[in-house]
Amino acid sequence: MSMADSEQNLIRFVLREARLLDEQRYEEWLALFTDDGHYWVPLARNQTDPVLHASLAYEDALLRKLRVERLRSPRAFSQQPHSRSHHLLQTPEVERADAEANEYVTRTQFLYTEAQGDAQIHLAGTVFHTLTVVEGALRLRLKRVNLLNCDAALPSIQLFP
Amino acid sequence: MRRFDDPATLRALVEDDRVHRDVYTDPAIFDLEMSRLWSRTWLYVGHTSQVPQPGDYITTDLATQPVILVRHTDGSVRVLMNRCAHKGAKVVSNPSGNTGRFFRCPYHAWAYETDGALYAVPRHQGYDGTRMRECEAGRGLVALPNVATYRGFVFARLSDEGPDFAAYFGESLSSIDNMADRSPEGELEIAGGVLRYTHDCNWKMFVENLNDTMHPMVVHESSAGTAKRLWADQSADLPKPMAVDQFVPFVSDYQFFDDMGVRVFENGHGWTGVNFSIHSKYSSVPEYEAAMHRAWGEDRAAQILGTARHNTVYYPSLTIKGAIQAIRVVRPLAVDRTVIESWTFRLKGAPDELLARTLTYSRLINSPMSVVGHDDLHAYRAIQAGLRAQGNDWVSLHRNFDPAEIGQTDLSTNGLSEISMRNQFRAWVKFMTHQEKQP
Repeated sequence: MSMADSEQNLIRFVLREARLLDEQRYEEWLALFTDDGHYWVPLARNQTDPVLHASLAYEDALLRKLRVERLRSPRAFSQQPHSRSHHLLQTPEVERADAEANEYVTRTQFLYTEAQGDAQIHLAGTVFHTLTVVEGALRLRLKRVNLLNCDAALPSIQLFP
Repeated sequence: MRRFDDPATLRALVEDDRVHRDVYTDPAIFDLEMSRLWSRTWLYVGHTSQVPQPGDYITTDLATQPVILVRHTDGSVRVLMNRCAHKGAKVVSNPSGNTGRFFRCPYHAWAYETDGALYAVPRHQGYDGTRMRECEAGRGLVALPNVATYRGFVFARLSDEGPDFAAYFGESLSSIDNMADRSPEGELEIAGGVLRYTHDCNWKMFVENLNDTMHPMVVHESSAGTAKRLWADQSADLPKPMAVDQFVPFVSDYQFFDDMGVRVFENGHGWTGVNFSIHSKYSSVPEYEAAMHRAWGEDRAAQILGTARHNTVYYPSLTIKGAIQAIRVVRPLAVDRTVIESWTFRLKGAPDELLARTLTYSRLINSPMSVVGHDDLHAYRAIQAGLRAQGNDWVSLHRNFDPAEIGQTDLSTNGLSEISMRNQFRAWVKFMTHQEKQP
């Protein structure tokens, strides 16, 4: 049996994270994060500050839950019809594995598609997962999604790239 | 003769209490809006803090025309058409930068000073004995003669004709004052980047919505209402997050928005939140309030901070939230396509928390990933699609219509009134049907 922080498990975590989103298993997806974890889509290339610079999204537990809960609301008019997502991932690379600090970072190239009715948008980019082991299992402290065209005029992106 | 050559045809599209659907859907109307309404009025270009040093520039579009806002070598701010005097190429393509003392066209290297004057042309002898220097080509980049700066906000009028700046905006400028006065130093600085959100709808749907007080409790129930419920489920001793502070007032009831009040001025300007707004009850920031008291004195500081308007529309191109130092700029691309830019300001002399607050608001409400924005845009798109239906050519703006409102230049009334939209369309008719003087 492999350790929680083995390369194989880090890679499995990233693949599963995308799969949970695409299968709309949002409760399981929310549970991947640590209590203080964030989902971040920066607005600028090489952005370092999510607070004193605008971002496309910077979501703590409350805001992630809000996006998920809203999707189920019959009054979420922009979700008529519902959107679907598809993450196409390249094999994740382990950027950093620091067992002493209990911090692991993976880097994964992706193509993201979001479809709604007859419309479909495509986004490309690199996603960084900052992971930590909590009670023997990997948890997500930060999912950072660097979109290739983060600073472009963009249409609605309603789910989670 | 084309359909809209006769001003009466345009006038017939706008009645006192309703408008014809063509104003949102007809490409010919859109073209006329750009050449008349958007050219004869004062449009927001940018903020002086974006071009602090000589040679600093930003590029943008005004009424679909490419322009450069640049700090000239003498320290003044100029607005130049971004169009080479030679063959018409856009001279600058970067969104911002510093050009030094000259702009240089990337095609044939014609060079211009930062006031637009033609500085140099390679192998200029080739023009000896030609008319080049006596015509437009010799004059360089077209510099807009009508540019005005107010508390750092730079506006320009494209047409030679139209009202002067002060007459056009009048008392509505007090919302810009309130935003700038919220700085202990009385000055603003653009900060934090720009969110740009593509809207596949007519620009007017966005502008009208800013002071549409009947929609938040309906459109934003799924987002703000969910935020309110999630927060109510949490334990009471947790500190209230900024996001909750900002989401929850969106689902205030009709009475709240009615009591908020609306005030409109001639030329289409106006604000909701005459008495208070969704921004009035944000958690206080003691360090900031102390700085304001020191800078302005207790009474004046209380007056500045007590003025918490909702949205002020500077018709047609700019909408601002003075209370949180955020602006939204309207960039029409086509009859059914618009880009909304959301910019934020740092209040000079204020703690970072104020910048963090406006950036949080902008991210939650104005980002292409905003769960609030998604439902707004859905409504605009629904109108754009719905108006194709035959059988009813008219959009109703009847709520609280009173014939006595016509012709008034400064009017305050109940917040749920649709007077903002009627007032905007009265300006629309005025600038769309104005007859240019024949040269």
